[in-house]
Amino acid sequence: MASVAARDIKKQFDEVTAVNGVSLEARDGEFVVLLGPSGCGKTTLLRIIAGLEKQTSGDILIGGHVVNDLPPRARGIAMVFQSYGLYPHLTVWNNIAFPLKTQGTERDEIKRKVEWSARLLGIERLLQRKPRQLSGGERQRVALARALVREPTVFLLDEPLSNLDAKLRASARSEIKQFQLTVKTATIYVTHDQVEAMGMGDRIAVMDHGIVKQIGSPTEIYEHPADEYVATFLGTPPMNLVERDGGSLGFRPEHFLPKELLNGSALQEFNFRVDRMEYLGSERILYGDIEGRKAKREVTAKLPAHVALDGISAGAWHPFAVRQRELRYFDGEGRQTIKR
Amino acid sequence: MTAIAEFAPRARHRFLFDRAEVLGPLFIAPAILYVFALVALPFFLAIYYSISAFTIFDPSYRFVGAKNFLDVMQSDVFRRTLANTFIFTIGAQIIGLLLGKFAAMLLMKEFPGRGLARALVVLPWAVPVSLATLAWQWMFDSLYSVINWTLIAVGLVDAAHPPQWLGQQDLAMIAVTVVHAWRLFPFGVVIFIAGFTSVPKDILDAATVDGAGFWRRNYQIILPIIMPIVVIGLIFGTVFTFTDLSVVYLLTRGGPINATQVLGSLGFQVGILSGDVAHGAVICLFLFPFLLLVVIFMLRALRRREI
Repeated sequence: MASVAARDIKKQFDEVTAVNGVSLEARDGEFVVLLGPSGCGKTTLLRIIAGLEKQTSGDILIGGHVVNDLPPRARGIAMVFQSYGLYPHLTVWNNIAFPLKTQGTERDEIKRKVEWSARLLGIERLLQRKPRQLSGGERQRVALARALVREPTVFLLDEPLSNLDAKLRASARSEIKQFQLTVKTATIYVTHDQVEAMGMGDRIAVMDHGIVKQIGSPTEIYEHPADEYVATFLGTPPMNLVERDGGSLGFRPEHFLPKELLNGSALQEFNFRVDRMEYLGSERILYGDIEGRKAKREVTAKLPAHVALDGISAGAWHPFAVRQRELRYFDGEGRQTIKR
Repeated sequence: MTAIAEFAPRARHRFLFDRAEVLGPLFIAPAILYVFALVALPFFLAIYYSISAFTIFDPSYRFVGAKNFLDVMQSDVFRRTLANTFIFTIGAQIIGLLLGKFAAMLLMKEFPGRGLARALVVLPWAVPVSLATLAWQWMFDSLYSVINWTLIAVGLVDAAHPPQWLGQQDLAMIAVTVVHAWRLFPFGVVIFIAGFTSVPKDILDAATVDGAGFWRRNYQIILPIIMPIVVIGLIFGTVFTFTDLSVVYLLTRGGPINATQVLGSLGFQVGILSGDVAHGAVICLFLFPFLLLVVIFMLRALRRREI
């Protein structure tokens, strides 16, 4: 049974439709990522699930019960905010204890739970500090501890890593994932960062303009994007699209290789003009175009850096190819088809 | 090389104003001059007068030591004035800021005509104090008081013995305090609105999700967070009220029988109207240690609360 579910949620802000008929569920212990660009409605959806916004129509179910009319505190959710929302005037201890105090928990029980969650997140030594005396990563852990202490049915996380620097973000990412695996609570995680989504999510819901374009495991989303939007939103660089029979043909840059490197399987060949190359340490990105293509966007190829670039130079045409099984087809509306 | 050599002599002259050690003192000088001429100088002059026998009828600088201070402190009128000043200041702060907080909470809500309501709230501030006090004088008038008319209409007071707002000693004190609180009220509203809008939305949302109800949200989260802003408002309000004499002077002239006299109005009456500059200076100097203490105390409290 779904631990938390959204059924056909719509949210209208005056003229703007922020969320337009989204259905989504996170099962017990599942980590679902809402992925989309800024303004796609993902945060609004999260706030509706939390009860901080009221949906225009649709139902929110938590633990199998419709919670549309319940206030946030009665929904059994805990939320971690983008800037953490720590209470600046309270010590870490009191920050974590706050949700318990509002529930009228007994003093001994508060002490036990605060210490338990602080230990789980490794912040015992910070308990007497104020939030301003903490680093970004420590604040984030305090926010998680405060969310954890209520033992919620659902965790809602709204871009909790966006205030951290790149290095810290990578370690915080694995910490959050590890933490979620430990507590085994259904989690909905909002982000615009595809690396976070791919790395953490059991399932990813890709959103755009208030609708969910595709829900699936990271592999499904990456390997079998439902439409051109998903195909080009994920991947760096994104999937290449080439016009074909009123629709388009898509292939990932890492599958687009010099013909001589691919042998033994059915190939789709392209004549590729390399315009420029980027060396990124572990790989090389080749930017260019394919013969007979009209679209503006460049075609890219991603080659492992250890592959020798025999004779490949900027400005010249080279025979490149993609294995037939790596090709994806999209119809005139941009939806993936099984057409051959 | 040659280009630099040619450029150098012109540059030194031309970039004089780019140097912080030249520009800084230049910009700060008017402010220092202003403070010195209009604050420091009168202050030291007051100290000088307070230990002399200076009156406008006998402008001699004869040194008399602490005599003026002893005179003033032994006077019943002065002691009453000192007490009044505290009642006036503290009362006006409490009423003004409390009402300001409630109004600010209302004005934070979305409702049609909020812009107009916000503009109207600032009115007591924008109206010249003399004009406003005139209006209040009518409301407190012994015959035409609209307040009394209302109280009689509601049946709260006896029509034969209506309260004489400006004629009875205790009521007059209430009247001046209320009028001053009314003047402080927009200030309170602005302070609290500034405070409320400065609280990050994430914190309010977190409090809601954490299950904080109205009271807990307001008094355990919002109020402590905006406390630094409120304290600054309180310092301003206290200092301005403590030194203010306009409402008292315009409404009651310190009467009846000095019942509403505050330090500012008494100092003005003794020092300027009666011409006893020395004693007037002493009365006004009494403001100083209190204000100093208030400011030090509050700034310390502020630093402790710093977030």
